[in-house]
Amino acid sequence: MEKFTLIINGNKQSVEVQPDMPLLWVLRDILDLKGAKYGCGQGLCGSCTVLLDDVAIRSCAYPVSEVGDQKITTIEGLSNEGKHPVQKAWVEHVVPQCGYCQTGQIMSAAALLKRNPKPSEEEIESAMAGNLCRCGTYNRIKEAILTASKSY
Amino acid sequence: MFHPKDLTMLPKFPFLKSKAPENKSKVFVPSRRDFLKMGSLATGGFLLGVNFQCSGPKGELITFAPNVYLSIDSDNQVTIIAHRSEMGTGIRTSLPMIVADELGADWSKVKIVQAEGDEEKYGDQNTDGSYSVRMFYEPMRKAGATARHMLVAAAAKKWNVDASECRTEMGQVVHSGGKKIKFGDLVDLAQEIEMPDQESIQLKEFSSYKLIGKDIAIYDNLDIATGKAVFGADIDLPGMQVAVVKRSPVIGAKVRSFNDQKALAVPGVTRVVKIEGAGIPPGLDKALEGVAVIADNTWAAIKGREALEIEWDLGPNQAYDSEQQLEEMLASTSRNGQIRRERGNFNAARQQGGQVIERTYLAPFYAHATMEPPAAIAHVHGDGTCEIWAPTQHPQWARQAVAQALDIDYQDVKMNITLLGGGFGRKSKPDFIVEAALLSKAAKLPVRVQWTRDDDLHHDFYHAQSAQRIRAVLDRNGNLSGWNHHTVFPAIGATANADEVHPSDGELGLGCIDFPYEVPNIRIETHESKAHTRIGWLRSVSNIHHAFAISCMLDEVAEAKGVDPVDFLMSMLAEDKNLTFEGELKGDFGNYGEPLDKFPWNTRRLRGVIEKVAQASNWKQAVADGKNVGFAVHKSFLTYVACVVEVTKADNGQLIIPEVHYAVDCGIGVNTDRIRSQFEGGAQFATSLVLTSAITLKNGKVQQNNFDGYQIIRMPQAPKKTHIHLIESMEKPTGVGEPPVPPYIPALCNAIYKLTGERIYRLPYKA
Ligand code: FES
Ligand code: FES
Repeated sequence: MEKFTLIINGNKQSVEVQPDMPLLWVLRDILDLKGAKYGCGQGLCGSCTVLLDDVAIRSCAYPVSEVGDQKITTIEGLSNEGKHPVQKAWVEHVVPQCGYCQTGQIMSAAALLKRNPKPSEEEIESAMAGNLCRCGTYNRIKEAILTASKSY
Repeated sequence: MFHPKDLTMLPKFPFLKSKAPENKSKVFVPSRRDFLKMGSLATGGFLLGVNFQCSGPKGELITFAPNVYLSIDSDNQVTIIAHRSEMGTGIRTSLPMIVADELGADWSKVKIVQAEGDEEKYGDQNTDGSYSVRMFYEPMRKAGATARHMLVAAAAKKWNVDASECRTEMGQVVHSGGKKIKFGDLVDLAQEIEMPDQESIQLKEFSSYKLIGKDIAIYDNLDIATGKAVFGADIDLPGMQVAVVKRSPVIGAKVRSFNDQKALAVPGVTRVVKIEGAGIPPGLDKALEGVAVIADNTWAAIKGREALEIEWDLGPNQAYDSEQQLEEMLASTSRNGQIRRERGNFNAARQQGGQVIERTYLAPFYAHATMEPPAAIAHVHGDGTCEIWAPTQHPQWARQAVAQALDIDYQDVKMNITLLGGGFGRKSKPDFIVEAALLSKAAKLPVRVQWTRDDDLHHDFYHAQSAQRIRAVLDRNGNLSGWNHHTVFPAIGATANADEVHPSDGELGLGCIDFPYEVPNIRIETHESKAHTRIGWLRSVSNIHHAFAISCMLDEVAEAKGVDPVDFLMSMLAEDKNLTFEGELKGDFGNYGEPLDKFPWNTRRLRGVIEKVAQASNWKQAVADGKNVGFAVHKSFLTYVACVVEVTKADNGQLIIPEVHYAVDCGIGVNTDRIRSQFEGGAQFATSLVLTSAITLKNGKVQQNNFDGYQIIRMPQAPKKTHIHLIESMEKPTGVGEPPVPPYIPALCNAIYKLTGERIYRLPYKA
């Protein structure tokens, strides 16, 4: 067990865990932040996406020991009330079906718009290709990102 | 009194609605005694229940005990129970919405509470088979209307006016003279009003609905977007530990011995527990044999499992090779099979000359791959009772299975239902919930069983692989005079009963035996095949492979005749009629659990969606312009759907699907936004079935481990636009969860043929 101090959603939090524990399980099991989801554990589905210094990463494949002082943002920190433009667009388009993949989708979309505020449809498709949705909400995700990009 | 334990077996196909008499539901005002039983819901105020009657195992009427669907308290809070499981269809919104609309509630303030799993209280909760709206549209409206009548009567009494001068609106009763009173101020008075007679209860005019027939956002919209929505694995209990299980890699394999030393040495691992599993057949509701590693957290459990050493007795399925079986199945279709439907004389038609087109169609095993892998939480208490939290489509079955596994009374299992991160039929099966219960009992702790993605792909209840052969005879005048369809696939029933080697009537009723076209000579045959893995039902079930074969073949027949496929199918429907298949079937036609007089198989409605899709997609023009468009039509789950798909190729060779058109006749559309979302999603789901997904087994083991091996489409592969054209209808509503999938499959295949010049006879088609 090792002690790590993480900056999560603007707060410093210390955890004592195995250094190889992926950030996803630190968030979910240790810190009780359940917004990031487990879908594959191998960086293949994007359900676990969180931001590290504004860059989307797959937290299931990111050992806690490598986080260091990079700032972690989870869905809970994006906006707990749903005030972030991406969340607002999501609600407006009623994107979710089952909803399980959606927090990961929203985090990937937020990272995309941060680095590219006016993405083309093709850019959206390639940026979002790492996030699977089994229910089939890809059309609405794209529309919501286009809507959100208007407020960037 | 009905006791679910008396049901020795559940309906053989839980995805088909068990036959229930029409409109036997009754709205009632709960008694003081019922009131006490309601627990948290009974905050006081006005309560209404709906009493469902269903048929028991011998067809007798069963009255469920009172249950509560609606409460209004003195603070104006309207609370409606959602008794069906939410897995992404929006049912948790759509049914309460019906109650609220009849009531005249302020929808923005309505609270929805998820019912626990308790069929004695809530009636049928098996969320499967696209029948929630079909089954509950009427009772939900009656419940809302009853409450409205009572509130209106209460207000009229208070104001001393005639009830006919009052109506409800946005949570208030309004008098034509302008007076208004909030529901909350009427609850005490309303409770005293006599229940209106159910037969005479006046439902609203359809045109006056404010919610039904409109686009209504799902109740959980914001919670999902903020990460607050609670799925199975999100439940945390004090002192809970996490279990990850190494399950038998081959169906029927038994643990010969295991060594837990290395696993126990992993920091955080607390226990290793063996699970006694079912052998062969594996059953639909039993745990698989395995060894569980229980730990303080998920990661420790995963690491512990990696360190576990197990010796297996692999058993008879260790030589199983799915590819080899598929070849054998295909070979069998060239022989005579068991005849399941016969009209005229196919062989005579064949001998009369003309042209015979003979094609074979293969489709693989598919896994559900719900984004949320199975997970369940169980807490077996010291007194032996058990509480469960699980994403289950079928709470009742789960409760029964847990009670049986723990050898406790059914009443001693409390079943809480979370949101489901996708279901598609997978989460009907309670095997993972049984595991949690067994492990909690062994560990004497609350336990969450967490399936990893490889667990999910290795130990699913798969959609069966299939081989089909169709012979179409065109007589000397070029008319389709004979249709001979051979279908073979391991039956779902074989998962619980190894003697079932033919597809059942139920499975054939899913888009095969009900071939609706005017062909004078029809012969449908099945062949034997055994199940060597667990077979289950996946979104639209056998309709998947039946629609693929039938509608690809019909496209080819049209081409051979030199006619447009849309025109061809219209001509094959001949005059409008209700089909009964009488005198032709060797078994029963299930009609999705509904009598044919109530839900006829109507060719006019099939024609309606064909015409609509052709017109809305501008089919004739698209064909004339040389676009690569494919067409198909397929009725399933009592909903009529026609589909046109267009494909192109990108410069890099990648297949692109620019446009999809669906025409849909599902009767009355309750929540039109969720109908559309089911079709948008259904098109994407079916794209994976056609282009990317397949499960194969070698040496009895599934070979795909994660989303790299079992691929589902990603955003760039999805149809760019999906247009849904709803047929305006006042027919009874039917479901939309599954019907989008079947016609899309052949429509896409037929479009790809236009693009490539190659017909698709085997799925998946790797573009
Ligand atoms: S769970 Fe992390 S990418 Fe799938
Ligand atoms: S909404 Fe269900 S997986 Fe995306």
